[in-house]
Amino acid sequence: MARTLVNVPPKAKRGQVIEIKTLISHVMETGYRRNETGVAIPRDIINLFVCTYNGTEIFRADLHQAIAANPFISFFTVATESGTVEFHWTDDNGQVETASAKIAVE
Amino acid sequence: MTDEREFHLTRRTVLVGIAGATALGTAPLLTRRAEATPETMKAAIHRVIGESPVRKGKVTLEIPPLVENGNTIAMSVSVDSPMTETNYVKAIHVFNEKNPQPDIISVHLGPHAGKAAFSTRIRLADSQNVVAIAELSDGSLWSDTVEVIVTIAACLEYN
Repeated sequence: MARTLVNVPPKAKRGQVIEIKTLISHVMETGYRRNETGVAIPRDIINLFVCTYNGTEIFRADLHQAIAANPFISFFTVATESGTVEFHWTDDNGQVETASAKIAVE
Repeated sequence: MTDEREFHLTRRTVLVGIAGATALGTAPLLTRRAEATPETMKAAIHRVIGESPVRKGKVTLEIPPLVENGNTIAMSVSVDSPMTETNYVKAIHVFNEKNPQPDIISVHLGPHAGKAAFSTRIRLADSQNVVAIAELSDGSLWSDTVEVIVTIAACLEYN
């Protein structure tokens, strides 16, 4: 569906608050625009973003048309243990794009 | 004599031309369709958080006050909270007054976030107020409002 870019610190100390940054390429078509022949372009946006850390949900965002194209989201979490951070973006058609990153906690 | 008359006409023509061009330039801005209103924003807020009272404070909404391009505006929200197991931010909702739809984003957090903050990039169709509301674990609601001036609006126009 789309290209993704995620930034998770590869190493962190236990208990440290880390920042996670995510980006996905997507038009985020609002449904309010028309093409050159005057036909409305149907709405197509990513409406849900979920981040899990070793299977536990740590961040969830409901997105609307007011989110700019190529949605960028950054947020924080506490580094608790080594493992995998997974990212899921869901669009209006129900398609899901995923990405993941490893983190080592010492 | 003739020359002077021509000069006057020319100057008037120029002035009228400038006035006309200015009017044409501003007309689309004044007549642009704005579907959401402060009332629809209030309705959206009630739909999401209910009728509970919202107090000002604790929330910091960061948006540049003057924006050139409404298609991409950096926005960060942070909430003053210790983020412990018993006292944390459950959710942060952001609304606008004049886009076609009043909702912007709703994020759901927990004590594991460590820091109640997030950043994203938004679209604004017009100069307006943007409101961020934080829902705390004790059920209280806190808000921050920022007035943003947008010079080029986001995508209501034709391509």
